[in-house]
Amino acid sequence: MTPAGEAWRRFRKHKLAVGSAVVLGLMILAVLFGPLFWTVPIDEIDFTARLQGPSLAHPFGTDDLGQDLLARVLYGGRISLAVGFAAMGVAVTVGVLVGAIAGMSKGPVDVALMWVTDLFLSLPQLPLLLLIIYLFRDALADLVGQELGVFIMIVAVIGLFNWMQVARLVRAQFFSLREKEFVEAARALGASRVRIVVQHILPNALGPVIVAASIDVAGAILAESTLSFLGLGFPPDTPTWGRLLFDAKDNLDFAPHWAIFPGLAIFLTVLTINFVGDGLRDALDPRRVQ
Amino acid sequence: MDEAHLRAMIEEVRAGVMTRRAFARRVAGWGLTAPMATQLLALTGAAPAAAQAPAYRPTRRGGGGALKILYWQAATLLNPHFAIGTTNSDASRVFYEPLAAWARDASLVPILAAEIPSLENGGLSPDGRSVTWKLKPNARWHDGAPVTADDLIFNWDYARNPAVAASTSGSYRDVAITKLDDLTVRLDFAQPTAFWADAFVGNAGMIIPRHLFAAFNGPNARDAPTNFRPVGTGPYRFVSFTPGDMLRAELNPLYHQDNQPHFDTLEIKGGGDAVSAARAVLQTGDYDYAWNVLVEDDILTRLEAVGRGRVEVTPGGSTEFIQLNVTDPNREVDGERSSLATTHPAFSDPAVRQAMAMLVDRAAIERFIFGRAGSATVNILNNSRFTSPNAGLPFSIQRANEVLDAAGWARGRDGIRAKGGTRLKFLFQTSVNAPRQRSQAVIKQAAQRAGIELDLKGVTASVFFSADVANPDTFSKFYADMQMYANGPSGDPQRYMSQFASWEAATRANAWQGRNIMRWRNAEYDAALRAADVELDPVKRVALFIRMNDLVVGSHHLIPLLARPGLSAALNNLRTHRSGWDGTLAFLSGWWREA
Repeated sequence: MTPAGEAWRRFRKHKLAVGSAVVLGLMILAVLFGPLFWTVPIDEIDFTARLQGPSLAHPFGTDDLGQDLLARVLYGGRISLAVGFAAMGVAVTVGVLVGAIAGMSKGPVDVALMWVTDLFLSLPQLPLLLLIIYLFRDALADLVGQELGVFIMIVAVIGLFNWMQVARLVRAQFFSLREKEFVEAARALGASRVRIVVQHILPNALGPVIVAASIDVAGAILAESTLSFLGLGFPPDTPTWGRLLFDAKDNLDFAPHWAIFPGLAIFLTVLTINFVGDGLRDALDPRRVQ
Repeated sequence: MDEAHLRAMIEEVRAGVMTRRAFARRVAGWGLTAPMATQLLALTGAAPAAAQAPAYRPTRRGGGGALKILYWQAATLLNPHFAIGTTNSDASRVFYEPLAAWARDASLVPILAAEIPSLENGGLSPDGRSVTWKLKPNARWHDGAPVTADDLIFNWDYARNPAVAASTSGSYRDVAITKLDDLTVRLDFAQPTAFWADAFVGNAGMIIPRHLFAAFNGPNARDAPTNFRPVGTGPYRFVSFTPGDMLRAELNPLYHQDNQPHFDTLEIKGGGDAVSAARAVLQTGDYDYAWNVLVEDDILTRLEAVGRGRVEVTPGGSTEFIQLNVTDPNREVDGERSSLATTHPAFSDPAVRQAMAMLVDRAAIERFIFGRAGSATVNILNNSRFTSPNAGLPFSIQRANEVLDAAGWARGRDGIRAKGGTRLKFLFQTSVNAPRQRSQAVIKQAAQRAGIELDLKGVTASVFFSADVANPDTFSKFYADMQMYANGPSGDPQRYMSQFASWEAATRANAWQGRNIMRWRNAEYDAALRAADVELDPVKRVALFIRMNDLVVGSHHLIPLLARPGLSAALNNLRTHRSGWDGTLAFLSGWWREA
């Protein structure tokens, strides 16, 4: 049996993870292709249908301007998921790079890099996010437009504050792997340092990275929602999940549907991603025998 | 609407053919404020109705228990001469009082003054060059010292001292003061002044004690301990103050009005937001009164249904409007954006401004978003819902499209109109506040159908309305194409209308302290404003103000949306005394609770 097949066999045993993967997959499909089938515009104002509960015409109900919430949740999901995965990509790239360099080099480079990692770990994330957004939002918006500018900034900022765990994991993996016999064999055959890292060590270190990455996705979605809930981040008419919650909070007691659906979407996404990560950890752990 | 027409109407009032209220409503339709209407009748001999104060039943001082007030923007200091923004003014008003205040019908009521100066009692000179104020003989500071003419002279000197840098300096700069006796002073104006009730009146007129501030009349003014521990004349005296959080006061046994105040202690709590403040009064009853609950009307109505409290609507002169930038926010001249050296690439075309004015659905915004908190208006200088015959364009997406087509703004492939490389894509900013964001969305949708794209931006209120020179997001910098907010005159519109005078333009040179934020400049307007300043004939002066209103609204750089009455929440058993023409707590001594 191939290693991938073995991992899949183990993953399947984690019932919760399989269920979560199905739910998550469905949500991603809905967000990607849903707007093709549910073609109600996200910003169609209809004062005759304000704050309506779920109905056939509006399955998730409407907000106080009569805008369809299903369309808005689907659109917001694209942004939230895009932010989540893109920020994860940034975090993993930076983390693997820093971790690999630190793990392969001994002495001052390793020490310096770990200092930087500790430094980033000790920074208060939310206040710094607010500061960076305040400082650079306008400059970036002028460069690439408002919505894309905010997207790039949020992805970069969230990504650059979440690479530390990955870097530590990778460094620890590298420390143990670089002394292993198969690495020594490759070295004895005259393989270059880069080849050893890319071909031999990295593939074996990826398991924990994938798990950490899945948790980063959830963290990034939550961070984006927090920013939107604080009224920062995307323009006020962009219905990200956090923004929908922010708009809904004043009406919570008499129009709960407005908050429940985006809230449920965030909850389900983060929960399922965490379970999938859990399943992946079990599946990719080479020491686990079963 | 002209002078002859006005005079004919005043004759009708005098002859009893037209009621005063009908007169006020008619002139309001031409863009006049209520204070001007009452002033007009007074100065032409048709005396105004006596100011109707709400009933005050308590028959002794005190015994009302605690009064708990919620201000979701908290006060940070308690010196009225340094107050920028209503919260500091209002908190100072608990302790300090002016000579006279503006009542709810926009007439003057004496507070520390023995009477209101008039031609009959000799307080006003017929040539409009001086006014004489007499203090109440029984007014005492909280520490027992008497209030004298020397205190008035000190306040005049303190406010106009450049080293003090008081925010009230504008009210005292152009007057001279003479002490006539221990309780009487005369103010002399350099030129005939139609509006004499500025110094020592209303929020700018609060009087601080000489014996406690005399040592701080200079660059050390901000170090005075009494800036945070006030000793005034007001109905309540100071107990404790935590800036940005909590202010406590207790009954002043020396107060100069009989049987007032009613409450034994007073507590003003700051923080939170408008919705939570409304809930704390209407839903849970934790507080007696909440200031400025600008919340969607649906929410307020549902909270009122709980039955604990009510929403109080106080008519005033405030107007919510949209400004279209005259200058170009995207071009820097010598490092300054929105510089007077530039013109806006799209809004310099009157057709674009007209189209924007036609894309504002005031009726829907009033009906579905603001409710009681706003009524549609097309005038900047008014407080009525009567349409002016002179200004304003009806909402019509179709007409807007026609106007833009005729002016040569053709739709591009993305549906957005453009002409000569300029696209109709605008940044539209306002403060973070649910009704404002909803209005933005409504306007954005209408604009989209006319081929105009709006990027929306919401700035936290504390940043948007701050005077922070380093912050690019303030409303006075106006680094956007359009913005929306509200303001209003207190009493006379002279100072209010100076916000469209060309010499008031906000620029980097004046640290954006200039009041003309949309940087609109018009020679005819400037001349009319200058003429109104020295015009003593009230009827001619009114005609000038109507012309000013029509000029600025007719340019469509300013698009008035709603007349905005004050909205506050009060428990059912609390009886307040409020005026829309003065501070929220201007008549705090007259508040009481029904048993």
